[in-house]
Amino acid sequence: MPRLLKLHLGAVYLFLYIPIAVLMVLSLNRAGLPTAWTGFSLQWYGKLAANPKIIASAWNSLVVGFWSTAIATTLGTMLALGVARARPSAARDALLFAPMIIPDIVLAIALLSFFTLAKFRLGLHSIVTAHVVFNIAFVCAVVRARLASYDWSLNEASRDLGAGAFETFQRITLPLIRPSVIAAALLAFTLSIDEFIIAYFTAGAGQASTTLPMQIYAMIRFGVTPEINAMATIVMGVSFFLVFAAQWLNRGRLPGT
Amino acid sequence: MTSMSPRLASGLLMAPGLLWLGLLMVVPCLLVFVLIFFERGTYGGIDWTATTFDNLARAFDPLYLSIFFDSGRIAFLATAVALLIGYPAAYAITKAPAHRQTALLFLAILPFWTNYLIRTYAWIVLLNPAGLINNLLAATGLSSAPLPLLYNEFAVVLGLVYNYTPFVVLAVYSALQRLDPAYAEASRDLGANAATTFFRITLPLTASGVAAGAVFVFVLSIGNFVTPNLLGGRKFQMVGNLIYDQFLSARDWPFGAALSALLIAIMMVLLFAQSLAARRARGEHHA
Repeated sequence: MPRLLKLHLGAVYLFLYIPIAVLMVLSLNRAGLPTAWTGFSLQWYGKLAANPKIIASAWNSLVVGFWSTAIATTLGTMLALGVARARPSAARDALLFAPMIIPDIVLAIALLSFFTLAKFRLGLHSIVTAHVVFNIAFVCAVVRARLASYDWSLNEASRDLGAGAFETFQRITLPLIRPSVIAAALLAFTLSIDEFIIAYFTAGAGQASTTLPMQIYAMIRFGVTPEINAMATIVMGVSFFLVFAAQWLNRGRLPGT
Repeated sequence: MTSMSPRLASGLLMAPGLLWLGLLMVVPCLLVFVLIFFERGTYGGIDWTATTFDNLARAFDPLYLSIFFDSGRIAFLATAVALLIGYPAAYAITKAPAHRQTALLFLAILPFWTNYLIRTYAWIVLLNPAGLINNLLAATGLSSAPLPLLYNEFAVVLGLVYNYTPFVVLAVYSALQRLDPAYAEASRDLGANAATTFFRITLPLTASGVAAGAVFVFVLSIGNFVTPNLLGGRKFQMVGNLIYDQFLSARDWPFGAALSALLIAIMMVLLFAQSLAARRARGEHHA
C-alpha cells in the first residue's frame, strides 16, 4: 500500500492506543501522576482491593452481567434461529437494529418513566431487564451472521432420519453454531459490565444497586486519582480478554459485522 | 415431539425476544411521546389530569433550540473529523495483504469494546493543565504556561472523535470490501489518475458505508451526555445533559420527554436518509 496511507493507519492506531497505554503505565507509577516516573509500584491496586465500595460495585456488575447475558443469549439465539427461517420483514429488522442506534440517554429515560409508571421496583433486577434489551439485539446479530452460512439441509436430513425438532437442535444445530453463541455471550457480557447510562437511570437510589461504571463515574467526577488508573487497567484488561476470546471462538468473523 | 409447520416454529422462536423488545423498548419510547402532553406534578412526576402543549412549545424556545443547534454543530464536527480519519484508515486496511486485514480491522475496533467512561477519562489525564501533554510541552520548552486543552468544545469534539472513529472504519471497510475492484481498474485503464479514480469511482460507490458511519457518529454524538459532562466542564450543555437534568435534577419529566422526542425525530430522519442512500448505492451496483 502507498506509504502515505500506511503512515496514516499507523497514526490512527497510535491515536487509539496511546491514551489507553498511558493509563496502564500510570497505574504502575509509584507517585501515580503523569509528572514523573517515580518507580514501579502495585500500591494503587492494593488500595483498590481495600476499598469496599469498589468491591461491592464490581460484584453488582458481575451479577447484572451474568443475568442479562444469560437471558439475552437464550432469547437472542432463539430470535436469530426464528428470523433465519422466517419471511424477511423490514419492520422486524428495524426493531432489531434500533437498540444499537438509539441514544442511551433516550432509552434510559424511557425505561425510567416506564418502570416508574408500572410501579416496577428499581434495583439490580431493573438494570438486568434494561440491559437485556440491547443485548438481545446484539446476540441476535452475531448469531444471524453465523446462520447466514449455515447449511439447513443438515436439519432436514436429521428430521428425515426420525429426530424430533428439539433433538435436531440439540445434536445438530447447537453444536455447529455453539462457538458463535458463546462469542455472542462474551460480547454481551462485556457490553453489560461496561454500560453506564442506562444502569445509572434504572438502578434506583442507594449504594446497594451501584454498578462498577456508576462507581467509576462518581470517582472521575471527583477528580483524577491514581486508583482510577489501576481500576481502568483491570477493567480494560477484562474487556480485552473477553473480546479476544470471542474473536478466537468466532473464527475470524468480526464482532459486530 | 410433534412436528409443526416451519412458520409456526419460527414464530414461536422469535416471540419471546420480540416481546421483550416490544414491551421494554417500543412501549417505553411511545410512553415518552405520551408524557409530552401532560403537565408535571407539583412534586415531580406527572399530573395525569392536566393536558398541555406547553412542553413541546418550550422545547422550541430559542434558549433550548440554541442548545440543539450547538449539539448539532458539535456532532457535525465530530462526524466530519471521524470520517476524515476513518475513511483513509479503512482504505489502508483494504490495501493490506488479505491475511492481515482481519487483524488490522480488529485492532481498530478493539478500543470500542472497553469502558466508554474510561476511554473518556484517559483524555482528562492527557489534557488537564497538569496532565501529560502540558507536562511534555513544558519539559520541551514549547510552551511556558499550560494550554487550556480541557473543559472546552475542543475536548468534547476530540473525545467524540476518539470514541466513534472505530465505527467509521468498520462501516467504510465493509463498503470497500463489497466494491468490485474491476471498476477502479477500468477507470485506470481508461487513463484516469489515482486521484480521479478515487473521487469519481471509489468514493461515490462507497457512499452507503460513509452514510452508515456518519449517521452512527452523528446520532451517538448529538445525544451524548457523558463526554460533554466529563470533557466539557460543568457549564457545558448538550441535549443529553439537558435531558438528564430534566429527569434527575429539575424533575420535569414531561419537558425532558419533549426534548427526547425531538432527539428521536432527528434520529429517525437521519436513519431514513441513510436507508435511501443505501438503496441508491445498491441500485447503482446493479446498473
